[in-house]
Parts: sequence; structure tokens; C-alpha cells
Amino acid sequence: MNRQQNMEERLWEYMDGVCSAEDRLFIEQLIATNQEWKTKYQELLELQDLMAHHLELDEPSMRFTQNVMEAIGKHHIAPAAKSYINKRVVWGIAGFFMISIVCFLIVGITQVNWSGDGTGSSFLNKINFDKIDVSKFFNSTYAGIFMMVNVVLGLMLLDMYLRRPGRRHEVGSKK
Amino acid sequence: MQTGPGDNEIINRVLRGEQALYAELVKRYQNFVFTIALRYTPNREDAEEIAQDVFVKVYRSLADFRGESKFSTWLYTIVTTTCITFLRRKKLTVHSLDNEHIFEAADNQNSTFKANQVEQKSKVQVINDAIKLLSVDDARIITLFYQAEQSLEEIGRIIGVDPNTAKVKLHRARQRLKEKMEKYFTEELKDLVG
Repeated sequence: MNRQQNMEERLWEYMDGVCSAEDRLFIEQLIATNQEWKTKYQELLELQDLMAHHLELDEPSMRFTQNVMEAIGKHHIAPAAKSYINKRVVWGIAGFFMISIVCFLIVGITQVNWSGDGTGSSFLNKINFDKIDVSKFFNSTYAGIFMMVNVVLGLMLLDMYLRRPGRRHEVGSKK
Repeated sequence: MQTGPGDNEIINRVLRGEQALYAELVKRYQNFVFTIALRYTPNREDAEEIAQDVFVKVYRSLADFRGESKFSTWLYTIVTTTCITFLRRKKLTVHSLDNEHIFEAADNQNSTFKANQVEQKSKVQVINDAIKLLSVDDARIITLFYQAEQSLEEIGRIIGVDPNTAKVKLHRARQRLKEKMEKYFTEELKDLVG
């Protein structure tokens, strides 16, 4: 069964022209000399002929093209996305995240007790997690709420900024 | 095969304001788009709605076509996403490759096909009936490869997989088509070959 599948797979690759030159020669030889391969090849050739030449395309209604042309009459070609996506905004967002990550790393590293008495020599053993005082930065529920509100406001502001040029183009194209 | 201006030339002219020329692109690809849509839904009206929606979407985003791939590859990618969105909206299920229910459904259709066996079927009828017994994924990949003449790389781009996976999917689809034909159309095939 597996051998049969493998034979079919290799024959399809040969027929699709996606096998290597070496494989191609080898399969050609097998088809010429081995009856089993020859029979399977003929069988698959018939199937390929059916799929390539006898599969029919369905046709939509006669009015289809007209319907499409009427439908597009109500629309305008939208400007290319690259024309209104401001690369500076994208780089700005990327920069913000990079700076945030770097800041967190700096704060984290400065909190590490490098002279910790860990027995192992690995990097993780040198870090004294107990000494990292997160409560200094996030010490109450109010601080959490405050940060959350800021994040939401920041995202709203960003959303408004990103939408602005798109709207301007949309209005421009309608005119 | 293709006569008249090339796809990219038509697109450039449409972008420059010759809107009427878009009809040429529609005529060129409407049968392909409609056939792929019919692989997703058996209802011709739904398929036509999808096809129309596709051409409107393509028109609106024509400026985004950068010519890095063939226009047809870009178009069929939009067909695929539009079909999936349409089916989700209609809450129909898209059968996956491993969905065994599709095969049960196909087996149930067996009786209909047996009843029709009184009539002699031509090669065209046999292959077109057999493809209807396949799952959406299998029928779509065969349509893209043999009818829409997309390469494995292009099919990979359209269905969102790498070319090697597309090759495996195509192989399996052909295998399943062969099985269906052997199961339901043995007599017809003997007559046609003999």
C-alpha cells in the first residue's frame, strides 16, 4: 500500500515536472522497463488528461459583467495602502516598544544582586529574584488603574491619528 | 489563448481612469471566479453574489496590486477569502480535509449517481460529477491547478501554505478524486477507455 502510494507520488511529481533531473531520468527508466510502473503511469496519465482537458468551467448569468460594471459605478478605487500608511508612525510605535523593552531591561538588571550567594555558576543563579522590588513601581491598585487609563487614552489618540489621513484621502477621492 | 492587452496593462489603464476597460478583466476571469465560488457553495445564486463581490473588492483595491505576482494569483486569493467570509456570514460549514462527514455525504450521493448510470456519461460528465463528490479543499486545489493554471507556489500563496504543503494537498486531492472515480464511475470509465 505504502509502496503503491510512493509510486503514485513520484509519478505525479514526474508528470507535474517538479522532480529533480536525476529523479526524472530514474522514473523514465522505470516506466520503460517496469510493467507495474508503466501501467500506473498510463492510469495516471488518463486521469491527468481528464482533469486538464475535460473539467468544465461554470458560467455565471449573461448579465454578470453588466451587473459588476453597474456595481463598481458606485465605488471608487481606494488609494494604495502605502500612500496613506505613514511610515514615521509605524517607526514611532516600533521605537516606543523598543525603548520600553530597553528601559525594563535596564531597571531589571540594576535590581539584580550580582554578588548573590547562588551555588551554581549559571546566569539565572546569579539573579536574586527576591531582591527585585516591583512594589516600588506598582505599589497600589490606584497606580494600576492610572496606568490602564493612560494606555487606553494613548491607544485612542493613536487611533485618531492613524485614521485622519485615511479619511482625508477618502473625502478627496469622492470629490 | 489570451488576446488583447495584458492584465497589467488593463490595470494601469483602469487606474488612469478608463473604468470601462475593467469589463475586459471581468470577462476574462468571471468563469474562473464563479467556478471556484461554486466549489464552496452549491447554490449558483450565492456563487454569483460571491463572484460579484470579488470583482467589486478587486476594483476598489486595484491600486494595491503591485504586480509582484500574477494578477490571477492575487484575484484568486481574494476569491478564497471572500468565499470563507461569505460562508461564515451564512453560517455554513467549510469542510476541512480531514472532515469525514464530507465522505459520508458523498457516499449518500452514491444512490443518485447509481440511478443516473442508466444514461451513458461522457468523459466531461464523469470528471465533473466526480469533482462534486470531493471536499471543498480538494475541489478547489484541483480547480486552481488544472483550470486556473496556477503553479504550486502560486497555489501556496492563494491558500496560505508553503509550496511543499500545496504539493502534498494536490497529491491527496488527486488520489481522492481517483478513488471516487473508481468507486462510482468504474463502468463509465471502462466504456470510455474501451
